[in-house]
Amino acid sequence: MGLSVESLACDRGGIPLLEDVSFALAEGEALVLRGPNGCGKTTLLRCIAGLQPVRAGNMRHPPDGLAYAAHADGIKASLTVAENLEFWAAIHGGGDVSAALAKMNLTDLASRFAQNLSAGQKRRLGLARLLVTARPIWILDEPTVSLDAESVMLFAGVVRAHLAQGGIALIATHIDLGLSEAASLDLTRFKARPRAPEPGSFDEAFL
Amino acid sequence: MRALLLRDLRLAFRAGGGFGLGLAFFLILAVLVPLGVGPEPATLALIAPGILWVGALLACLLSLDRIFALDFEDGSLDLLATAPVPLEGVVSIKALAHWLTTGLPLVLISPLLGLLLFLPREAYGWLILSLAVGTPALSVIGTFGAALTVGVKRGGLLLSLLVLPLYIPTLIFGAEIVARGAQGLSVATPLALLGGITAGAVALLPFASSAVLRINLR
Repeated sequence: MGLSVESLACDRGGIPLLEDVSFALAEGEALVLRGPNGCGKTTLLRCIAGLQPVRAGNMRHPPDGLAYAAHADGIKASLTVAENLEFWAAIHGGGDVSAALAKMNLTDLASRFAQNLSAGQKRRLGLARLLVTARPIWILDEPTVSLDAESVMLFAGVVRAHLAQGGIALIATHIDLGLSEAASLDLTRFKARPRAPEPGSFDEAFL
Repeated sequence: MRALLLRDLRLAFRAGGGFGLGLAFFLILAVLVPLGVGPEPATLALIAPGILWVGALLACLLSLDRIFALDFEDGSLDLLATAPVPLEGVVSIKALAHWLTTGLPLVLISPLLGLLLFLPREAYGWLILSLAVGTPALSVIGTFGAALTVGVKRGGLLLSLLVLPLYIPTLIFGAEIVARGAQGLSVATPLALLGGITAGAVALLPFASSAVLRINLR
């Protein structure tokens, strides 16, 4: 079961950003999305994650197979590291919290409140959530923001282990993760032609 | 689902969680009204049902914008929308957590505040019953309003304006139950209507709330 996208077109705030995006990922494959700020990386990932409707095109992926991680980590400041992770594990049907903590080097911080974490530690906690979802396809939006070089290597190792288990990763990033096996896709190729908004369309009220 | 409820309750009781906000407001109102209106028991007894219900309603309103705004800001709402739980269930649980942390404490403390307002003795049972039946509707309707305004920065004013008209039927029938109870009249009609509002809101509004939430998340 892989992830495939055919002729996908995405809008952001009523403005067409991308069109005719196509790629396919089989088990164990990773794809790095590249392109300048505002080219539509986040929009494409939100469309694939199902948070935003697509204008045209098809996607195929196993049902309930996607785990999405973006700029906002969904961390509650007044819960401890372990409590934050236990919540997401419970929502996703009980992943192994202590293993996820160990893999993201958070075991020593488990009982600390999230409000006392540094930006990079919060980010590691946000990424540890991916491990407890036990989902095969990871949709990652700038996963390495505020991580130090060591943590980037740590996370690259986690992604590599995920791929080795037959997982899939779709990553938008500016930083080289050191995933030599990952293919790369430049989104500037798919820039949408300007298009007048259709009068009376549903989105008109929400612009 | 249970994990979400436990998390929301835990967050409400931890520092900065906002538990007690509505309760404190309710208490302040009931203490201030006799000071403003004057201490005549007859006057206070007459207005007590209305004051207590208006107080409960405003206390509920006070904490509505926290239902989704915090989860929206830190990204939890996006992640919950992609999690294997139905969004209708998520909004129902959110409404339940709001009721448990706001509505239920109001129900429990209301007899004490009735005492401050010289509420007639016959009305206490009806006060507790009417609040117990009516406050779930306030939480569910409020959750719908919070879902409508979730993307709006500082949407508190808009939320109040949207929700207050929807609260009016609950207020009218709720206060009517207590007023009739105080006079020893039959409360069957307003009680049935209040129960109907709550049952209808609990059954239907979660679908509307999750639909507008999906639109606001895109």
